[in-house]
Amino acid sequence: MTESSAILPDVKIKGAFAPTLASLERRGPMHAFANPARFLKIARPLTGWFCWVGVLLIAIGLGAGLFVAPPDYLQGESVRIIYVHVPSAWLGMAGWGGIAVASLMQLVWRHPLAAVAARAMAAPGALFTALCLVSGSLWGRPTWGTYWEWDGRLTSMLVLFFLYLAYIALASAESERDGEGRITAIFGLVGAINIPIIHFSVLWWRTLHQGSSIGLAGSSIDPSILWPLLVSTVGFTLFFAAIVLMRMRTAIARNRIEARMRRMAQ
Amino acid sequence: MNPVPFIIGAYAATLAGTTLLGILSYRAMRDAERKTEQLRREP
Repeated sequence: MTESSAILPDVKIKGAFAPTLASLERRGPMHAFANPARFLKIARPLTGWFCWVGVLLIAIGLGAGLFVAPPDYLQGESVRIIYVHVPSAWLGMAGWGGIAVASLMQLVWRHPLAAVAARAMAAPGALFTALCLVSGSLWGRPTWGTYWEWDGRLTSMLVLFFLYLAYIALASAESERDGEGRITAIFGLVGAINIPIIHFSVLWWRTLHQGSSIGLAGSSIDPSILWPLLVSTVGFTLFFAAIVLMRMRTAIARNRIEARMRRMAQ
Repeated sequence: MNPVPFIIGAYAATLAGTTLLGILSYRAMRDAERKTEQLRREP
């Protein structure tokens, strides 16, 4: 028999293992946030801060990228596309990284909010992956002379977009048939194998896409071009976080409505 | 090749997509939380 979690009604955990609030709080600080009331107390103010600080940094980063940063000596004016392309690529990959971590937390530690967090990251991750592909194509036409090439980086990024679509479809199908979300979580974890493939694709298959310009050791980009890029990347990341929090709050509210409706129907 | 139309296209697509997702996510959250609040007030 499947019993709903006492905390989040749509996260199904088998019988005796269904967590109660007290049992979750005993499991340590990570599970303390499994209490939606506690999570919402933190998420509500953070949503607004992340959103508006993100919008401000995006405006500064893109404004500086368009009007302050100089053109590149090799790429010319088309380098300005990197101020939207690089944040999109980062968020497409980071989004799946987040899904993988949340899936692991769901499968191993049975954290009830982990499934909600993973699903909340899927649509924004898919959007930014699509925007990375579109802005990359628009950069490729004036720079490489083509919108698309079956290059290692471009192809692995396209695979990531299809993985997102499959994840969204799987999560939706599993939710409709009242599943536990385990298959979706396993898919989220297995799909993470594509992230190092994307990262190392420019080293493994030296084709058209340039290598990494920013690494842990530093950057080969001139500071006048680099700072707007970092500002816009931080801005888009904060906006992404705000969207994830909004979607998590939506899922929690819908779960509460559903639970209330079930109680009223009994 | 003039890169300006490509730059405009990349910025327009990114800003339109991001704004649309932000608005849709906010509206969904606001509607769901409003309904939860209404249900809580009902006896």
